[in-house]
Formats: sequence, C-alpha cells, structure tokens
Amino acid sequence: MIEQPEPKTDVLAKRDAIVAGLRHLLPASGVIAEPLRLKPYETDGLSAYRQVPLAVVLPETTEQVAAVMAFCHAQGVRVVPRGAGTSLSGGALPMADAVVLGLMRMNRILDIDYADRCAVVQAGVTNIGITQAVAQRQFFYAPDPSSQLACMIGGNVNMNSGGAHCLRYGVTANNLLGLKIVTVEGEILDIGGAYLDAAGYDWLGLLTGSEGQLAIVTEVTVRILRSPEGARAMLAAFTSNEIAGACVDSIIASGIIPVALEFMDRPAIHACEAFAHAGYPLDAEAMLIIEVEGSTAEQDDLLARIRDICAQHAPISLEVAKTAEQSLAIWKGRKGAFGAVGRISPDYLCMDGTIPTSQLPAVLRRIGEMSASYGLQVANIFHAGDGNLHPLIMFDANSAESFHKAEAFGADILRLCVEVGGCLTGEHGVGVEKRDLMGVQFTEIELDQQRRVKSAFDPGWLLNANKVFPLTAALRA
Amino acid sequence: MQTHFTAEQLRDPGIASANQVLRTCVHCGFCTATCPTFVLLGDELDSPRGRIYLIKDMLESGRPATEEVVRHVDRCLSCLSCMTTCPSGVNYMHLVDHARTYIEQTYQRPWHDRALRAVLGLVLPRPALMRAALLGARLAKPFAGLLPKTGQLPLRLRALLRLAPASLPPASHLDRPQDHKPVGPRRGRVALLAGCAQTVLDPAINAATVRLLTRLGIEVVVAKGAGCCGALAHHMGKHDPAMDAARANIAAWCAEMDGGGLDAVIINTSGCGTTVKDYGYMFRNEAPDWADRAARVSAIAMDITEYLVRIGYTPTRAAPPLTVAYHAACSLQHGQKVTDAPKSLLRQAGFKVAEPAEGHLCCGSAGTYNMLQPEISSQLRARKLGNLHATGADLIAAGNIGCMTQLAGDTLPVVHTIELLDWMAGGPQPERLATLVTA
Ligand SMILES: Cc1cc2nc3c(=O)[nH]c(=O)nc-3n(C[C@H](O)[C@H](O)[C@H](O)COP(=O)(O)OP(=O)(O)OC[C@H]3O[C@@H](n4cnc5c(N)ncnc54)[C@H](O)[C@@H]3O)c2cc1C
Ligand code: SF4
Ligand code: SF4
Repeated sequence: MIEQPEPKTDVLAKRDAIVAGLRHLLPASGVIAEPLRLKPYETDGLSAYRQVPLAVVLPETTEQVAAVMAFCHAQGVRVVPRGAGTSLSGGALPMADAVVLGLMRMNRILDIDYADRCAVVQAGVTNIGITQAVAQRQFFYAPDPSSQLACMIGGNVNMNSGGAHCLRYGVTANNLLGLKIVTVEGEILDIGGAYLDAAGYDWLGLLTGSEGQLAIVTEVTVRILRSPEGARAMLAAFTSNEIAGACVDSIIASGIIPVALEFMDRPAIHACEAFAHAGYPLDAEAMLIIEVEGSTAEQDDLLARIRDICAQHAPISLEVAKTAEQSLAIWKGRKGAFGAVGRISPDYLCMDGTIPTSQLPAVLRRIGEMSASYGLQVANIFHAGDGNLHPLIMFDANSAESFHKAEAFGADILRLCVEVGGCLTGEHGVGVEKRDLMGVQFTEIELDQQRRVKSAFDPGWLLNANKVFPLTAALRA
Repeated sequence: MQTHFTAEQLRDPGIASANQVLRTCVHCGFCTATCPTFVLLGDELDSPRGRIYLIKDMLESGRPATEEVVRHVDRCLSCLSCMTTCPSGVNYMHLVDHARTYIEQTYQRPWHDRALRAVLGLVLPRPALMRAALLGARLAKPFAGLLPKTGQLPLRLRALLRLAPASLPPASHLDRPQDHKPVGPRRGRVALLAGCAQTVLDPAINAATVRLLTRLGIEVVVAKGAGCCGALAHHMGKHDPAMDAARANIAAWCAEMDGGGLDAVIINTSGCGTTVKDYGYMFRNEAPDWADRAARVSAIAMDITEYLVRIGYTPTRAAPPLTVAYHAACSLQHGQKVTDAPKSLLRQAGFKVAEPAEGHLCCGSAGTYNMLQPEISSQLRARKLGNLHATGADLIAAGNIGCMTQLAGDTLPVVHTIELLDWMAGGPQPERLATLVTA
C-alpha cells in the first residue's frame, strides 16, 4: 500500500460534527457517510491503491461547492476532488481524514456558441458529452482520451489529458478558454473566458494539469472545432515491435502528421479484437493504427505517402478501413484497449511515460527484456506519434508478490523513459503512483519551487495533499 | 480487480462464479457513463462499478445484506447497458442475479415491500390472476387521487394503477397448447413461448407471430406444460420459483425436441428471451441431466426477429408512408445483443426507420421495476418519450411487452415489431394504428 499523509487526529475526532455540518449545506442524497456506502469511493482507475474517506459530498452547483470548501477550510479538513474516478495514477485516491468532493452531479451543458466556436460546460460533463452536444452541427471537442466515454472535463483539465487525436489537435491545455474555480477558501473566481490569451499571468496554463491541488474546477469553457470533411484509418501490421517502432519514427521524420498514430502489440491486438471485432491482424506481432483526415483527395494522397513509408518496413499487411462502421470498430477496439486487457489478465498497471520517438525501437526492446526478467507479461498500447508509452504490466492482485514485482517493473520503465531523454508522465498525471519517482526527474530545488506554487494557492495543504510530491516531513507528522 | 474470498468461501459455486466476474473487472469506470441510474443520480453507488464494489464487499464479508447495499442494488434496472459498454467482458448480469438471490435470502425487507413483491411474484406469471388483478385495478383507478402524495407505498400503488390498461382484450385461444400447422409445405418447426403477462395485456403479439410464421411455412407449437419463463421471479431474487418455472419450460421443450423436433424456441418478449438464453447458466450446478437439457434449450432460443432474418422475410404489399421510431428494448440490445435484425426487417417491410438519441438508455420499464421504483422509472420514461418524439416518427415499434406498456398512454401509438412485419406480409393492420392509416 502507498504511504499516506498522517491523518489529522482532531479531524477524525470531530467526524460526526463535520458530517452534520456538511448535511446542512447539501441535499440529503448529497452527503455519504455510512461506512458501507463509502467503500466504493475508496479507489479510482488504479484500484491497487485504496483508502476509505471520511465522507463523500456530491454538490450540484458552484455555490454548493463554495459552501463545502469554505466549511472544510474553516474546519481544517482535507478535500480530495473527484470527477469520474478514471484516473490511472490514483489521482482521486482519498485520505482517511478527507472529504471526497465528487463533481459528477454537475453534468449540464450551460452554453454553446457556434459563432465563436466555444462551449461552457459544468465540470461533471463527460468528455464525449461535449462532442455529442455539438455533433449535430458538425462540431467536436478535440482531445479524446480513450476514457472519453466516462471521464469528465474537470478531470481532463486537472490531468491535462491527451488522446489519440492530440497528435494533430493538441492536449486539453490547447483546447481550453476559461474556467470557473472555487478556491480552497471557498471563493468563486472566473479565469479566462470565451476569448484567446487572457490578460495577466497565464492562470489557465497553471491550473491545467494541477491535479486537483490548486482549486476546484466547476465550469469549463472549451474550444469546439468544425468536424473534418472525412477521416479514414489504416491498419499496418508488422513482424516485430521494433520494426513497428521504426516505422513510427520514419513517418514522423518524413514530416507527415497523421491525425492519429497508435501502436498495439500482439497481446493488445488479440484482447481488443475479442472486444471490438474490428478485423485487426491477428498474425501480427505489432500493429499501427494510422488515421488521416480531410477531403477524399487529401486522404488518398496522405494514405499513399504513408503506405510507401510503411512498405519500407516489410509490413505483413496494410489495410485501409472500407466502411465507416469498420473505422468505428477500429477505434472502439483502441479506446477499449485497457479494459480489454482485463480479458487476458485480472489486473494491470498502466504506465505512462514519454520518450523521443527516435528511441521507440530501443525502449520497446528494453521493455521486452525487463518483461522476461520480471516474469510478467506486458501489453504495449500507446500514442506512438507523440512518443507517449502505455505499457500495461499484467499481474495478479490476489498475489502480493506479483503486485510488488509489477510496481518495481513499472518504476524501471519510467526510469528508462527519463534516461533516454523523456519524462515520467505523458497524460495520466503523477497522482500517487509516480509521486515518489518525481526525484528521478526533478531536483529538490525544482520540487520545492513547485511546492511553493501549491502553497500560494493552498497554504494549509488541504487540497489533494497526498499526490504529486514525495511526502514531506510536515505531511508525515 | 483484487478480491478477498477465503478458500472456504470459494468452495461455494455461487461465490466462485461471482469471484470470476469480479476478477474480470478492472475498475476502469467506462460503464458508469452509460448506466441510466448514474446518468440520473450522479452517484458512484448508483453506477455499475459502484454496485459491483458494493456486491463484492457484501459477498466477501459474508454478512447478511444491509439496507445501504440493498437500496443501490434495488435501483439497478438490470438493463445490462453496462455489459454492452464493458471492454473487459464483465458478466454483470450473473453477478447481480447472484446478489439479488443473496439479498432475498439474508435480508428482511419492510413489510409493505415484501407484500408487494410477493403479490407481483404471484400474480404476474399467472394469466388468470393477472386478468382479475387488472380488472380490479381498473375499478380502483378513479380512486388513485385519494392516495397520499408522498411516501414509497402510495407512489408505488399509483404507479401500479397507471400501468393498468383502460381496457383488456379477451384472452386468445391461440395461446393454449397446440400445434399451429403451416400454410403450404412445412419448412420448419418451432416452439413459441406464449408467455404469461403478455397473453393478458396484448394477445395480438402472439397472434401476429403465429400468423406470420405459419404463412412462411413454419409449424408453431405452443408446448404443453410451458408457461412463464421465470424472469420475473429471477429478477426479484426468488430463486426457487424461478427455477421451477424454468424447469417446466425445459421439460416441455425438450419433449418437443425429442418428439416432433424443434429448429428453435421462439421468444417475442425480449425480457423473457434473455432469461431463456441463460437457462444453461442458471442450471449449470444442477444435476447433469438438467444442466444438459437447459443448455440444449438455451442453444436454440431465438428472438423472433433473429429467426425471421434466418429464414428470410419478404413483404407482400407496399408500406404506407410511415416513419417508425424503433425503440431498442434493453433485453434485446444489451441482454441478447440483437440490434440490427429488427431495424433491417422493418426497413425490408418498407418503413422508414428512425432511431432516437440515447437509444442505449432504458425506458424505465425493466420487468417489475416500474412498479417497485416508480420515481426513477417515470424520469426515464419521460426522457425516452422525449427522445422518441424528437425523431418526428409516426409510431413506436418495440420488441418487448414491458417497454410497450411503459411507453403506452402517450400520443405516439406503440406496437410490437412483429405486428408491423405481419401486416406488411398479409396480416391485418394493427388496431392501434387505426387513427394513423385508414385502410
Ligand atoms: C481505460 C482508461 C483509459 C484512459 N485513457 C486515457 C488517455 O487516452 N489519455 C489520458 O490523458 N488519460 C487517460 N486515462 C486517464 C483518465 O481517464 C484521465 O486522467 C481523466 O482526465 C480523468 O478524469 P476523471 O473525470 O475520471 O477524473 P478523476 O479520475 O476523478 O480525477 C483525476 C484528477 O483530477 C482531480 N479532479 C477531478 N475533477 C476535478 C475538478 N473538477 N476540480 C479539481 N480537481 C479535479 C482529481 O482530484 C484527480 O487528481 C484513461 C483511464 C482509463 C481508466
Ligand atoms: S444493469 Fe443497467 S441499471 Fe444496472 S448497473 Fe448496469 S447499466 Fe446500470
Ligand atoms: S466497464 Fe467493465 S471493467 Fe470497467 S469498471 Fe465497468 S464492469 Fe469493470
């Protein structure tokens, strides 16, 4: 189990009073405090780490969020924000003395402005919910984490989430215009708005990716884009991971930027095919999904050029999706990939490092070697175009030994990423999972400077204090 | 996901199966987004992942079920939308079925809850009782206004009265055990699950099914001894009555398989279809001969639309210019994964087919759910009708009597898919469409 900050004994002692206070602020169904009902909130997408919280609150308005924050601040109670709880780095892992503040009831689209191409939505709207709301008018919201069906925009902002199509459209940070936030003291602030480049410091940039440590996001203004004329995906199958990795590098080196360039190895291909029936090449050791968009002529031109590049890497097959349904199935398989691995292994740890694409073949080889030496299988699924790796380490959570091996293997992979000039996290955030590895990437001086930024927003370290930074002596005591 | 069962617990085959399901879940949360109760209530506890967790904890602890857990499991519609979404292949249906049985065995419900469940369990599967009850409800309808405005019991009674139709069609002689001979040379032989509640509420559905199949050269047997499929009891966690009902059907159909032979067991109420297709699993731990027979029945169980696609369907007249909003019953789309067959048949029949937004969300009918959870159910009904209206269609077609009853009483007429298919292939115009089309 991961080390947690020492629970505040005074907070634990006045638990009943805190719960009663919260009940004054919210409708009855919005406060959960019975032990059995708290249990499902003890974890998120990284279920290996668990901690039952003190209470859970489910506010419905920004004002209710503000009231809860003001109350918790006054009482010195820690708060852990939670969206859909799909974090893979334990970002929403509670603490024993903390109130989990869930934003899933704030799920309304507030305004859509097609003329200025933006939408204002509450933090609990799902990522795909935004696209669904504007799709009829041929618009979409670009960042598309594989979890987009479930994950919420407030979570996306706080993790600066990316996705398959971010190669072309950028990550969450590149698609935001404004936020409504509630500070740790319970004040409501508006940041940015329906225009580009706000005056003053770039607060928006600072808050994006702040992992619930600086403020609670209650509303988000996002940029929406016109849907492309059309898009087509190609499946390229290869005889080894390294060859596929080399092919990715050649495509990027040629200057072509497909809208998406995704990598899957053999175990991943088989698991996903069983779920999506997309016609993935089951004889391949590795496969790339390469998507292009634009007019039919543009697509044809790009696909022909990409085909030529692939051909130099002795592909087993190169196949372009024939129908819209097949394209959908191809993406359904890719987006369901992590879950689909549940078909071949009871548990997985999903790593998330970033490396220069030129290092892909070497890094994949090293991961293969480590897999053999740890005796744990890996499925490799990742956003290859921007060098964002997601090796899934398969293990058995019912065996403590297997879990510890998986943790050590994961840490080795992340160290390798930093070693070859990459970084610890691509898009899943640091959370608790990579907290203790931050020292591999940053010096103590750099970490302290970052901690001071957090302290400026949250002097008492009440917000999500167990994440991102190695625990300090103050939090341990 | 990690589980904490002891070796002793795992010797119980029910727990062993539940453990298998739990181990397949990777806690990714995808399923939350497409769960109707999570969409409405915004609480992890009312999501599939939350329920899986509550059930896991309940089973691991070996404690009797408690109100906190029962509340959230009761709110589950068993719509199985979560199973369509789950990339991991988690069999939520088997897990929640097990949990319901566990709850029924270890939890003492408040008296009025027990009484209502007992009455529903007794009446719905027995057409004669059901008919009597509905006539009673019709007489009581005018007094609905006298019920208190709040409280679980009055709300439920009001829901019961709303669902009782204003008039009841007479029982149909077609539903009695018999062989309906094919018109012309025989191309096949099937058993039809005549059903229980459906024969009282809407005998026109079976009538259309028999007419269409016999006209296509299929002999249709209503097997002696077959009756309610057991789903109603099964979903209330009443294990023994469910198994008894299933056993009777299995015996009746196996006798037909070994006698005149059967190509399929045809079901035209998809809620029942999901259960009949699951007989094999339900009987997995029974004596081997029953397990085998149950598996044989499940193997040939088919929704009527699946069967029509298999044998081929051609209309014999030009369709009127009507747009049909196809309402996908959860048991058909999620439970049985039959999604294209009904729509493509309706198109073949000549209709324009419209699909509502949020087609994956349940209409709130869900067996007895609309009587036991009237508040959530009525919100889902309103949401579904809103989406159906937005298609601009002239009528609604569905493949499940539960949904049909739930969506009735609105301005859009609701018919069974098979009634439209029969109509375009030589059958009569469905009565409910009299105002839409003057023949
Ligand atoms: C199967 C699977 C696939 C995934 N694929 C991708 C992918 O392709 N790309 C990617 O980037 N991520 C991916 N993720 C990770 C995860 O979905 C993202 O990190 C997502 O943004 C989390 O959103 P959430 O709503 O679930 O937030 P949560 O998990 O609930 O929370 C995430 C973090 O944000 C904080 N937070 C949440 N909401 C707020 C708020 N309103 N205000 C303040 N803080 C808040 C929490 O405290 C926590 O630290 C995947 C996850 C899974 C399970
Ligand atoms: S069966 Fe339906 S209501 Fe129940 S958990 Fe699954 S999606 Fe939700
Ligand atoms: S989608 Fe499947 S694997 Fe994911 S949480 Fe739901 S049931 Fe579990």
